[in-house]
Order: sequence, then structure tokens, then C-alpha cells
Amino acid sequence: MSGPVPLLYTRGVETYYGNIIALRGVDIAVFEGEIVTLIGANGAGKSTLMMTICGNPQARTGQIVFDGEDITHLPTHDIMSRSIAQSPEGRRIFPRMTVMENLQMGAMISKNGTFEEDLNRVFDLFPRLKERQHQRGGTLSGGEQQMLAIARALMSRPRLLLLDEPSLGLAPMVVKQIFQVIHELNRSEGLTVFLVEQNAFHALRLAHRGYVMVNGKITMTGTGAELLARPEVRAAYLEGGRQEAAQ
Amino acid sequence: MEYFVQQLINGVTLGSIYGLIAIGYTMVYGIIGMINFAHGDIFMVGAFIALTVFLIMLAIGVTALPLILLIVLIVAMLFTSVWGWAVERIAYRPLRGSFRLAPLITAIGMSIALQNFVQLTQGARVKPLPPQIQGGVTLMQGDAETGAIVVQLSYMQIIIIVTTVVLMTAFSLLIAKTELGRAQRACEQDPKMASLLGVNVDRTISLTFVMGAALAAVAGVMFLLYYGVIDFYIGFLAGVKAFTAAVLGGIGSLPGAMLGGLAIGLIETFWSGYFSVEYKDVAAFSILAITLIFLPSGLLGKPEVEKV
Ligand SMILES: Nc1ncnc2c1ncn2[C@@H]1O[C@H](COP(=O)(O)OP(=O)(O)OP(=O)(O)O)[C@@H](O)[C@H]1O
Ligand SMILES: [Mg+2]
Repeated sequence: MSGPVPLLYTRGVETYYGNIIALRGVDIAVFEGEIVTLIGANGAGKSTLMMTICGNPQARTGQIVFDGEDITHLPTHDIMSRSIAQSPEGRRIFPRMTVMENLQMGAMISKNGTFEEDLNRVFDLFPRLKERQHQRGGTLSGGEQQMLAIARALMSRPRLLLLDEPSLGLAPMVVKQIFQVIHELNRSEGLTVFLVEQNAFHALRLAHRGYVMVNGKITMTGTGAELLARPEVRAAYLEGGRQEAAQ
Repeated sequence: MEYFVQQLINGVTLGSIYGLIAIGYTMVYGIIGMINFAHGDIFMVGAFIALTVFLIMLAIGVTALPLILLIVLIVAMLFTSVWGWAVERIAYRPLRGSFRLAPLITAIGMSIALQNFVQLTQGARVKPLPPQIQGGVTLMQGDAETGAIVVQLSYMQIIIIVTTVVLMTAFSLLIAKTELGRAQRACEQDPKMASLLGVNVDRTISLTFVMGAALAAVAGVMFLLYYGVIDFYIGFLAGVKAFTAAVLGGIGSLPGAMLGGLAIGLIETFWSGYFSVEYKDVAAFSILAITLIFLPSGLLGKPEVEKV
């Protein structure tokens, strides 16, 4: 399952917003073909880590290595053209572009002429998007927007997919569908996924491994099952998620 | 009636020039949310570059008018683009992310700097260009008995209107259909997300300035040919009117800029034709004030309902 060298790793990454520190020396590793999840309370720094990997904001100290290359100080657009894609917090669909145009934007950096193929692939994953392809992004429902955000990220055929809270604000059925898609992509295509989630129960069951972040630091790590079994994790992050899953 | 038709033709011609300049205001506003007050002066620089190329061509004895026009257009667009690019690079990019008024202040500074630069190097007096394109088509014959005047559509007017229509069509297609146009709209709507999709936002912004400047250069060439004289101050008045056109049409909207340009050109021409030439600028500025008060998002700039 895990190769010897991680596809992505960070070493002692510290990120600041002005003078306020948000990440206090983060070490994580994501191996090729893995689903790794990052859980933590609101304001822990999860989205900050996702964005720091993408170079916005840049890490003030530490190192981020993707596929053997130090990307810590590259500008965002250079990082993203190296087969990393992110579906960011808040979805960030271009509101005045159609679904199709949003997907075309996702394919911006893929220059190998596989657009039709990639388009059919995401339409197979999310048939709803196909029906709505001429609708403007801003008028989609929240769930449709989330599907579009993931589909857009997939259009560049990334090796590493960063997903920031794909389940936020969605009905349990849609959450299930989205987690199903992530699982499927990982199983059939070996897509590597780094997933930030509030919905810790679902995330830890889906992921091979997980990290727990508290106040800008990684405090725990282990396989999904291990973390699910830890009493601290259950107490802090799971009670809500379990109740929801039990319904 | 004849008088009306003639004014209509003149107004559309003038409106075309304003429309070409207005696109630069509207696109830059769309992408970085600032009014590039130096844009009118970029238009003025374009006119001076055109004049210089004209005079050089005439001096070295090139006589084929279509060839001269083509070279003047290309050179003016090229060099003016460099000026537009440089203004962004020097005065706006370093201030990206600082408080909102900062680039507005440097924009005014840039405007003054460009005017003074041209005034110093070209002199303060008006510079003439010998008439290049004369004649036209007579649409309605005059009649001494009824007092009807001759209605003329000059070749120059035809060139201006046709060029504008072609350029604006090409430009709209570029924005709507090409990858570059999509990247520009993406930067307009969410630059952070655009960069997450691999778009070089800074470069896209630079390109927007370059495009705006190139269109302003075309307007500069047309202005020079149409009026035959230019000075370092033409950028200010034309700039304010084109800006008014952009606001009237709905700032950020391309079709709005074209429509607004046309409207301002017509209003100005009819105002001077039927009321008084002295107050034509007042008419344009009154429209700016009225638009800002009663129709702040302009004719085509309707804010749309969005979930974000
Ligand atoms: N642009 C910013 N400027 C200043 N502070 C910021 C900025 N973005 C985030 N922060 C702060 O950094 C800390 C980490 O925020 P971050 O968004 O990474 O948290 P998170 O773990 O993703 O939280 P959530 O689960 O609520 O999304 C928070 O204290 C937040 O207030
Ligand atoms: Mg977050």
C-alpha cells in the first residue's frame, strides 16, 4: 500500500497570518495511493495546512516536498501545475460561469488533449452535473456546487487530490454519495487523497490513515481504525458524527 | 431631418472612440476592482505614437495609404501596450493587497506623470497631422430652397465605425470563448481560486492592461485621423468621458462599455448640435452624476443573485 517515499510530506511547517501563528511545526506524509484524513476542531489550522501546501499563504519555515521536489517557495500556479488539485473550503465555484466553463477552468493545466475523456469521466461520477452543464455555477444548490468543486479538481487528472470539508452543509445522502466517489476513485484509479473533515466518523472509516490537529499542531496519528478506537478522539470529535451515522 | 441624421452619424463615430477606451476601464475594474485613471492618458500616448509613426512614414516617402494605416495601427498598438503594461507593473502591482485607496492615488500620479512626460517631450501646443483620408459618401443631397443640408458619411467615419465593430466583436469572442478569456473572467470572480487551478493571476492582470491599452491605441489612431490635431491633454477629457461611458453601461460589463460609449457619444453630439457646444462636457458629467445616484450599477451591470 505505502511506497517507501511519500508522494507529499511536510517537515516542521510553520505558517503565519501576519504575526499570528497558525501552524506550529506540522509534519505529515501522504503516500501514493493512500487516503489520508486530517481532523480537528474549528480553527485548528486544517484549511491553513491545505492552502500552505498550495503556496497561499507560504510556509514561513519548514519544507513541503511533492514527488521528490521542494515546492515550499513556488508560487501557487506553479504548484498546481504539478499534478496537485484542491477542492477548497467553501467550494469556490465561479458563480458567473456555467458548469461547463467551471470544468474547463479545472482542465486549464492539462495540456494532453484529454478534455472530452475527462469530462465524460466526471459526468459519469456526477450525472447531475451533466444535466446542469449550461447552468451558471452561482445558481447551483450547495450539494451540486460541492460536486462541481470535486469534479473541477478532477479535470486536471491530479496525482494528489486535496479535499477541504467536502461534506460541509450537505444532506447525509449527498455526503454518502461524495464519500462513495472518493472511495471509488481511490480504489479503481489509485488516486491519492488528502482529506480534511469535520465529519470525523465518516472520514476515519474511509481513510487508510489519519492525523489529528489541535491548535496548529499534529497531536495524534494512526490508521483510521486506530484513531476511531482512541477514547480521546471519540470524546473530542466523534460523538456528533456517530449519532448522525446511526440515524 | 437631415441635420438629425448628420448628428446621428457624428455621434456614433464619437461614441465608437469612447467605447474603445471604455473597454480598458471596464476590464481593469472587473479584474482588480480599481479605476485606472491613467487609462485616458494611455490613449493620449497612443495618439502621439501614431502621430510620430505617421510623420516618419510621410518623411521617408511612403505613400500607399492602406500600408501606412496598417503600420501605424500595429506600431501604435504594440508600443502603447508596453506603456499600459509598464504602468501596471510600476504603479499598481507593488500595491496589490494594500489599502484600496493606494492604487487610486498612484493611478492619478501616473496620469499626471504621463501628461507631463508628453508635454515635455512633445511640447504643450497642439500637434497637427495633415488630413490623410478625405471625401465620403453623400447620403442626402442638400436643397437650397428648403434649406436642407448635405448629409455626408465620410470615409473616415466609415473606417472608425467598421474598425470598432470588428474589434469589439473579436474582443467579445475572445473573452467569451477562449481559454485566455476564461482565465480573465476567473481572475475577476475569484483570483485565489483561479490560482488554485494553475492560472498565473499576475500575468493575466498584465494581459488585461495590455489589451485595454491596445484598444486605447486604436482609439488614439482614430482620434488623430478624425480630428487631425492632438495635444497632451486629450487623454483627460476623453478619459473622463470613456469612464462615464463605462459607469453608465455598468462598470465591469463589456457590452455595457460599448453601449455606454455610444450613448455618451450621441448625447454629446446632440447636445452640441441642438443646445450649446460650450456645455457639452457638462452634459457628459451630469450624466455621470445622475447615473451614480439613480443607477449605480449602470445599464447592463445588474448585480445578479448568487450563492457563494
Ligand atoms: N486569512 C486569515 N487571516 C488571519 N487569520 C486567519 C486567516 N485564515 C485563517 N486564520 C486563522 O487561522 C486559524 C486556523 O484557521 P483554519 O481556517 O486553518 O482552521 P480550520 O481548521 O480549517 O477550521 P474549520 O474547521 O473551521 O474550517 C484560525 O484561528 C483562523 O482564525
Ligand atoms: Mg477549514
